[in-house]
Amino acid sequence: MKYLMLINAALDADGAPTGCSTPEDWMLFDKSLKEAGVYAGGDSVADFTTAATVRVDERGERLVTDGPFAESREVLGGYFVLDVPDLDVALDWAARCPGSRDGGSIVVRPLAGYGG
Amino acid sequence: MAGRGSRSRLTLEAVFREERGLLLAALVRRFGDLDLAEEVTSEAIEAALVHWPAEGVPPKPGAWLMTTARRKAVDRLRRDQAYAARLAVLQVEAERAAPVPPTDGGLPDERLQLFFTCAHPALPAEDRAALTLRCLAGLTTAEVARAFLVPSATMGKRIVRAKNRIRTLRIPFRVPDADELPGRLPGVLQVVYSIFTEGYAASSGPDLQRLDLAEEAIRLARILRRLLPGEREVAGLLALMLLIHARHNARTGPHGDLVLLDDQDRTRWDHAMISEGAELVVAALTGGPPGWYGVQAAIAALHDEAPDVASTDWPQIVALYDVLRGLAPSPVVELNRAVAVAMRDGPAAGLALLDGLAHEPRLSGYSPFPAARGDLLSRLGRHAEAAVAYREALELAGTEPERVHLRGRLEAVGREER
Repeated sequence: MKYLMLINAALDADGAPTGCSTPEDWMLFDKSLKEAGVYAGGDSVADFTTAATVRVDERGERLVTDGPFAESREVLGGYFVLDVPDLDVALDWAARCPGSRDGGSIVVRPLAGYGG
Repeated sequence: MAGRGSRSRLTLEAVFREERGLLLAALVRRFGDLDLAEEVTSEAIEAALVHWPAEGVPPKPGAWLMTTARRKAVDRLRRDQAYAARLAVLQVEAERAAPVPPTDGGLPDERLQLFFTCAHPALPAEDRAALTLRCLAGLTTAEVARAFLVPSATMGKRIVRAKNRIRTLRIPFRVPDADELPGRLPGVLQVVYSIFTEGYAASSGPDLQRLDLAEEAIRLARILRRLLPGEREVAGLLALMLLIHARHNARTGPHGDLVLLDDQDRTRWDHAMISEGAELVVAALTGGPPGWYGVQAAIAALHDEAPDVASTDWPQIVALYDVLRGLAPSPVVELNRAVAVAMRDGPAAGLALLDGLAHEPRLSGYSPFPAARGDLLSRLGRHAEAAVAYREALELAGTEPERVHLRGRLEAVGREER
């Protein structure tokens, strides 16, 4: 069963992630996911505050806007895809992720697995 | 003849209500699918209702039901190959995680796993109690709907949604490991306690039905107690509910009005239930640091064991509120402690503590706070101030019996003032 872990970081007023997790924390977490054989993908967004949204209306016109979260305090910082037996195992990994600390949170969502 | 027939059917239904949770839990454990388990459980019980009255109850009713249900599950899986393939994977994983314990004709008791699944933190809080009542107490969806005063169709949708969540998220059917148990057990206890308070609050609906709910919660706690005999907070929760429920006959007057603890006819309390609760309090408070439910139960036991208000062991109650304050500090605990101090040291001492809580935002709008002030002020002979406090409490009171009681107090201090 694959689960998507969406890593939401809390940002301070200057748009920098709050908290004290270091690149080493993340590398260590990455390594333990791979060693446990549950890693099925993942990445970090390049810039926490920059995003573009595309909508196509009923006439086929493309509408591109900034956001959606330039103003919000919690932003998507990255994601992991884990392959684990059940929700509790996924939640355990989420709790170990540095992104779940210092005001950040992890949203865990099951994937339907159409991609095989 | 017909009368006897329907009576024996009722007896059988009572048996099934007991067996249903056990059977359902064993089948969920086996097939890893709550829906399938529920369907074949119902079918097996229907089959028993047809066969048992004619052929007699088999020597091992639980095993008979289990065999029948399993056969029906296999039939169903044969009909739906894709479903079967998916289930097979689940089942193999489950078997690998923990092999099915051998049985000697009886059913393995796997209700504990079901408790933890129904109370999983990934489910919305409102669904946890509903699911627990449906799966473990064996209530029908219509009965669960009545319990929460919502239309049956609404409850049906909620239960289906909760079961879908369990399946889609793949919430495991398991008892948390020893190191996680302290984190997860409070969630299960909270569900059972919320079912009880739903029954105790008696805010609306016919009284009898609410009492049923309180009794259902006690029955669930008894099951938990059997399954987790070493968990002191389980003992504490069961004790607390028994000690509160023991007073239910005396809690309402002849017209359904609220009778406060001070004015209750203590001969109408259930003394067998009180002594059972008191014994459990001992189990809850020995062998380690006390827990929230255990301390609350100990306070309830002191009230229940006193012949009247005056001879209640108030110093001990104050000491227990001190412990509770250390475990889970809250303005409501402070309020209750202040009332106990007033009983121990006199109304002036209690009032001083209450006035220290006046700035608490969580007590503004909480009617027991001005009601307690009114009580202490009137005992100090400050009737005009007491009237102001009672009027404030009256405005905040949520239920009619509460308002009736407060109007009575307001009139009484009014008479004193004149």
